[in-house]
Amino acid sequence: MEPLLDIHDVTVAYHRRPVLWDVDLTLTEPRLIGIVGPNGAGKSTLLKAILGLVPLASGEVRLFGRPVAEQRRRIGYVPQRESVDWDFPVNVLDVVLMGTYGRLGWFRRPGRKERARARECLGKVGIGELAQRQIGQLSGGQQQRTFLARALAQQADVYFMDEPMAGVDAATERAIFTLLHELRDQGKAVLVVHHDLRTVPQYFDHVILLNMRLVASGPTTEVFTPDNLRKTYGGRLSVLDSAGEALRAASGD
Amino acid sequence: MSDFLDLLGLGPLALRAIIMAVVCSVACALLGCYLVLRRMSLIGDAISHAVLPGIVLGYLLSGQVGGLPVIAGAMALGFLTAYLTEALRSSGKVAEDSSMGIVFTSLFAVGVLMVTRAGNVDLDPSCVLYGNLLHAALQTVPMIGLQVPVALKGMLIALAATLLFVALFWKELKVTSFDPALATSMGINAALVNYLLMSMVGGVTVAAFEAVGSILVIAMLIVPAACAQLLTDRLGVMLLLASMVAALSAVLGYLSAEWLNTTPAGMMAVWAGLLFLAAVLFAPRHGVLSRIVRNARLGIRIAGEDVIATLYRVEEAKGRGERPDTALPIAEARRATHGLAGWLAVPSLWRHGQVRFVGRGRIELTEEGRRRAEALVRAHRLWEAYLGENLSLPADHLHEPAERMEHFLDPRLMDEIAAQLRQRETDPHGRRIP
Repeated sequence: MEPLLDIHDVTVAYHRRPVLWDVDLTLTEPRLIGIVGPNGAGKSTLLKAILGLVPLASGEVRLFGRPVAEQRRRIGYVPQRESVDWDFPVNVLDVVLMGTYGRLGWFRRPGRKERARARECLGKVGIGELAQRQIGQLSGGQQQRTFLARALAQQADVYFMDEPMAGVDAATERAIFTLLHELRDQGKAVLVVHHDLRTVPQYFDHVILLNMRLVASGPTTEVFTPDNLRKTYGGRLSVLDSAGEALRAASGD
Repeated sequence: MSDFLDLLGLGPLALRAIIMAVVCSVACALLGCYLVLRRMSLIGDAISHAVLPGIVLGYLLSGQVGGLPVIAGAMALGFLTAYLTEALRSSGKVAEDSSMGIVFTSLFAVGVLMVTRAGNVDLDPSCVLYGNLLHAALQTVPMIGLQVPVALKGMLIALAATLLFVALFWKELKVTSFDPALATSMGINAALVNYLLMSMVGGVTVAAFEAVGSILVIAMLIVPAACAQLLTDRLGVMLLLASMVAALSAVLGYLSAEWLNTTPAGMMAVWAGLLFLAAVLFAPRHGVLSRIVRNARLGIRIAGEDVIATLYRVEEAKGRGERPDTALPIAEARRATHGLAGWLAVPSLWRHGQVRFVGRGRIELTEEGRRRAEALVRAHRLWEAYLGENLSLPADHLHEPAERMEHFLDPRLMDEIAAQLRQRETDPHGRRIP
């Protein structure tokens, strides 16, 4: 069987200096997967590398056995909430409708069918009544729910979410997790960058521990151990830092 | 129409000039909306300078100063400016603003060299920099029985192309402006859309040169769009309003320039600025005036709430059973308030039926006022209790924050606090929570 996600020896560098070293991992089954690691560990970068938003210095990523560029319609993405301008002149429904743009292709506008789907997705995240609200008037939790609804509107098979729980209220966090579990139970894979170590065992079936390199990846019960956590959070590997510096210096930048 | 123009003392020449000004301002304003929303306002300025080599190249190839070859050359340079800026930035050696500065000045310099070296180029530098509407209005060709300015043809094409571009790429422009990462992850090439937009900006700025020149074209790109952004929360409406502001400043700018005997381009930019100022002051939600009104209303509401809370506490202290005298002189009821808001609070409460006058300048709570005051005092004491339990503040530090928060706790939040406090009946000072 084709693996769902195959990350093969991926290195990502900014200005030649690697921020992720030789990440090699395979996911075969749809699961709810937490990506965990300290600040600057490259968690967001890993998601962006998979999605083709940052160039790979080496390696390749395959989704369901094919390059990601050919599988865009099977992807749903929730970027970090702070990555967009919430004063942008659109309302909540407009934002959710953007999730349908990928399937529409160039030039076609969303129609009645897409609007119905967008409203349905808003209902699923519990903010159906906010459809006409200007996005600048939303609370942090409502903004995050809007982004989730937009990802649902993408009707994907694999979801990539960058800190969907950051800065949201407790009720929203619970609602988000109920939703993620539902997606998993429908056979979707969900990869979530997560920052709260305490909730990891409760929320995720599978964890990826990351700190500039892959520390461990596997079922939470096996991988989420004090030993692995110490490896992940016990400071950066100074050799990797020096090696990165050497690469940068040698390239003359 | 001609009567109207005669009335204003304007001839067909002025009409032609005004039409040209309106057409190119609207085209600029439409694209300007996307520049403003993408926080790329200054790239419009950069492109309007960097297109010079494209103009010269178009001229050398076609032998015409205006027209399609020049616009095409400018579009190519618009693309090149955006591309080089991005390439320089992503090399990691310079920041985005510096890379823009480097690229556009270099290209502009190349353009200047080309103008001087080509020798016989019939380009009037002052015309490029400041525009010359009247000059453009004088050079006409007959078209469908009318004398139409030569330059208007290029401007109309630019406007039509802009409208087509916005209509065709409506959703692509929207999603790449709002969330380029999402767009790219869905297979909508955000970089490509950006380069297309910059090419359009290049083309439109050049078409607008003859009307407003390369310096003031930035005003036509940015100011109407920034103005429209203050007035609406919808993208479609923003484009419409920006076009209207642009058209209005073009017309008013030309007429007032006639009147003051000065340059139309300058006056168009001045009018756009004045309209922007009006939007800053009077915009319904984001405007200064509406904010002042909103703050004043809030101030009066808070003062009013302080008054009824004072009355409520007096009732509470004296007991209400055998109809004791719980009315207070107005000045005393107002003791927790200050300033103008305090003066205005009592009439406002009376109008809303929350207090009544009982003679000799004294007021007391009505049934309705009592209900509202009870909710306020409840909010106040709940907040004190909550702070006391969760922030472990000493008792004398609780009143001030509660005095602020009591005006902002809604019933749902109060119930949540009450639930967390587990049916606690008194505040930290031992007073009953209503």
